[in-house]
Amino acid sequence: MEKRVVFQSKWLPYALVAPQIAVTIVFFFWPAAQAVYWSFLVQDPFGLSTTFVWFQNYAELFRNQHYLDSFRITAIFSTAVAVSGIVISLLLAVMADHVLRGALAYKTLLIWPYAVAPAIAGILWAFIFAPSIGIATYVLKRYGVDWNWIVNGDQAMLLIVIAATWKQISYNFLFFLAGLQSIPRSLLEAAAIDGATPLRRFWTVVFPLLSPVTFYLLVINIVYAFFGTFGVVDATTQGGPAADTQILVYKVYHDGVKAADLGGSAAQSVILMIIVIALTVVQFRFVEKKVQY
Amino acid sequence: MIRKTLFAALALAFASGAQAQTEIQWWHSMGGALGDKVNELAGKFNASQKDYKVVPTFKGSYPESMTAAIAAFRAGNAPHVLQVFEVGTATMMAARGAILPVHKLMKDADEPFNPKAYIGPVAGYYTDSKGNMLSFPFNSSTAIFYWNKDAFKKAGLDPEKPPRTWKEVVAAAEKLKASGQQCAYTTSWPSWIHIENFSAWHNVPIGTKENGLAGTDTQFQFNTPLHVRHLTMLQDLAKRGMFSYAGRTNQGGAKFTSGECAMLTESTGGQANVRRGAKFNWAVTQIPYWDDVKGAPQNAIIGGASLWVMGGKTNNAYKGVARFFSFLSRPEIQMEWHKATGYVPITYAAYDMTKKSGFYKENPGAEVAIKMLTNKPATANSKGLRFGNFVQGREVIEEEIEAVISGKKEPKAALDEAVRRGNEILRKFEAANKG
Amino acid sequence: MVENRPWFDFLAHAILVLGVVLVAFPLYVTFVASTLTFEEIVNVPMPLVPGDQLMANYTQVITAGSNKGSSAPVGTMLFNSLVMALGVAIGKIAISILSAFAIVYFRFPLRNFFFWMIFVTLMLPVEVRIIPTFKVVSDLGMINSYVGLTLPLIASATATFLFRQFFLTVPDELAEAARMDGAGPLRFFWDVVLPLSKTSIAALFVIQFIYGWNQYLWPLLITTDESMYTAVIGIKRMIVTGDALTEWNLVMATAMLALLPPALVVVLMQRWFVKGLVETEK
Repeated sequence: MEKRVVFQSKWLPYALVAPQIAVTIVFFFWPAAQAVYWSFLVQDPFGLSTTFVWFQNYAELFRNQHYLDSFRITAIFSTAVAVSGIVISLLLAVMADHVLRGALAYKTLLIWPYAVAPAIAGILWAFIFAPSIGIATYVLKRYGVDWNWIVNGDQAMLLIVIAATWKQISYNFLFFLAGLQSIPRSLLEAAAIDGATPLRRFWTVVFPLLSPVTFYLLVINIVYAFFGTFGVVDATTQGGPAADTQILVYKVYHDGVKAADLGGSAAQSVILMIIVIALTVVQFRFVEKKVQY
Repeated sequence: MIRKTLFAALALAFASGAQAQTEIQWWHSMGGALGDKVNELAGKFNASQKDYKVVPTFKGSYPESMTAAIAAFRAGNAPHVLQVFEVGTATMMAARGAILPVHKLMKDADEPFNPKAYIGPVAGYYTDSKGNMLSFPFNSSTAIFYWNKDAFKKAGLDPEKPPRTWKEVVAAAEKLKASGQQCAYTTSWPSWIHIENFSAWHNVPIGTKENGLAGTDTQFQFNTPLHVRHLTMLQDLAKRGMFSYAGRTNQGGAKFTSGECAMLTESTGGQANVRRGAKFNWAVTQIPYWDDVKGAPQNAIIGGASLWVMGGKTNNAYKGVARFFSFLSRPEIQMEWHKATGYVPITYAAYDMTKKSGFYKENPGAEVAIKMLTNKPATANSKGLRFGNFVQGREVIEEEIEAVISGKKEPKAALDEAVRRGNEILRKFEAANKG
Repeated sequence: MVENRPWFDFLAHAILVLGVVLVAFPLYVTFVASTLTFEEIVNVPMPLVPGDQLMANYTQVITAGSNKGSSAPVGTMLFNSLVMALGVAIGKIAISILSAFAIVYFRFPLRNFFFWMIFVTLMLPVEVRIIPTFKVVSDLGMINSYVGLTLPLIASATATFLFRQFFLTVPDELAEAARMDGAGPLRFFWDVVLPLSKTSIAALFVIQFIYGWNQYLWPLLITTDESMYTAVIGIKRMIVTGDALTEWNLVMATAMLALLPPALVVVLMQRWFVKGLVETEK
């Protein structure tokens, strides 16, 4: 959409966008280009000997069972986080929309986890579920469950899913609440007059109207699970045990920083870039299209 | 006006001339109390002479500080001295343009330096195949065995007689479990203790070419029947609820200190924590072994870190670094560091001095580690190890060990897989460092 | 509410209360742990009522940090977090509002090109380009500096987009009136656009402040000096993986302190925050 009224100036607009463009080039495009370049090299950490190897790094990645496992693990993780986050927050939002008294109090009490850094969320939950000293571990032991996420990969995955979802509930909750509150009451009343129970009303009226929000949140939650949860993993499982929680973004960091495998890490970065671009394109084409200015 | 400027310029020149102190940047990963000790040592050196000032900076964990140093090197402002953990040795050694070998540093600066003064396994770890020392040993540890005397008594075991062989460990574990002990055994640093030190202690190779000390074309060999037998024992103990895995670093120490597990294999450096937190009688001894293996126990290999000198600095600065290293080599300084930290004394002179001071009579546990290192003269299998990209390599081993302990994989299959994956990493390193 | 069903009201409240409890539980446990001694925590089960070490623990972390891992005093870390959060929030808002203004109110060659350039940054979160960005920052000598912490984070496109959408809704009549009064673009910006944008700016401030405060991977990479740690990194680094034991009571006290400022910002500026979040979607 265009403005009818615009200003004319030979130099001013350039001056105005200059800061952002400058930072974007130096800190976005230049490193991204370097990542692409490095992905075609094999080099020692000090940069003293580099060899151009075309797509060898990529080929090795896809031959590496661990990298392929990482895809699977990331898929499981992000689906779990997105689905549970959306279901729980939708339930809470529907309830909050329903009550008249105390709505603001509930809202305030439910949104503050948004302020918690994912890494801290991870640490808090890891503390509660710590194999030796955690309070939840103690309770589980009483019920005969041997909880040791340091050995059990499934338990470790459960831990990071809980920590990551917990943090995201508030964000989802706010969007659902706003979406629910923008549904015209007249529609619901009409359905009630037709004899529909609350449950039917929900499925036939509310849920379809919420679908743009749901879809938007699905994309956002998946992107969050892909990238924003780095802190959760690093502060707790660090990809373990036995690489059972090594999501893709963590592998990039680990291979680049801890293992000094610059070529492999760069190749992984490039693949992740492609995935993000695809997700963002999906978000903009399917979601933004529905909104009018 | 001109006079003022002249005066100011003169004063400045005079001041900078008088204070021609060269700063030596030292990046390390010694946190907390260890870091305080490092600062103390540097302070002592700085106070003993005026030409050089060593500035230690804590740069995070070993991997973090190494990454930071590599990036700094690429940007042209690396520190003079960098503390690198043992698994980073191969990477540093291969970076010929980036480092200055210690033997060359000392020779060029006319500082006395005798590799034979260092304890065998310590020197061997950081020496090339020609006998030249490449980095300066600083903090070395090895793995020892801890046991809970009170728990032993309760289980009907003699609290003064710890298990000497792994068979005895299993027998003790059974009795401990029967007496109600929550967990009989745990460990820290699984790869370092149960594969690397295990191999050296039994005089079997971890890899060809003297565990990589003699060349980058080394191949892993830790999937022999002996290794399989050992991992099978661990897996069995885990299945029967007698072995509780604690993690890849020193988390086992906490399980022992809290009384949860009655036996522990861990670094000698962990004694300080146990001393602080344990509310029971305990003691340490050497690591168990399989007594049907010929030549066992051989000697242990070290963990810890050494100091590397980065390239591209001035000769004057290198003189200062050499003098600092000479300072650190003094027996009394070594003894002080050893007593305060729990790391082993790395020269024979320091060891003797500590013995004479009666320290070991009061703290017998402090001598176990050094005794293990000097148990027998080192063989090709027990001088140490040097594998490229061993950070990744060790992780591969740990991943496979975890799969065995959780019952997901059989020991033979896991070790074969670890050898296969590990060799891939070694080949990559070899290829990247051909230049 | 369409009809009156008291049991449904009860159910709704019950579910909401359960939700609040689940959401608040970790915070409660953290708070309790921060008031106990190390021994009390390590001896399971940990008590669930607050202990008596509140002053002792908090004083120690603020002035001296943990003894075993990183020993950076938490006061310093909180200050660094504050600088980073404010720097990111203010920097981002400033350069984004200028860019958005230029893109909406001017026609100039390369306009679309710049717009797409900025748009693409949405697809390059820092986690995807960490190692090369680290190298760039290192080459520029910005490691361990406030500039290095904040500058690379201020160029992402979300704020620019928000402002752009908002500007597109500003009636053209206002711009025309300004032109007729002889005001140049900058005057128009300062006198008309900026005051109108106040709500958006407030909403963005909350979101970006939290974003900056909670940054993890970036500060992890580029701060190695203890004096530059941010609160979130500092906590992670207090959890030791070497030859010592984590002091959980101090870690939890630090976690409480690190949580509080962003939580306060969210709760106190709730109205703008909610508006800002929900508006950015559109």
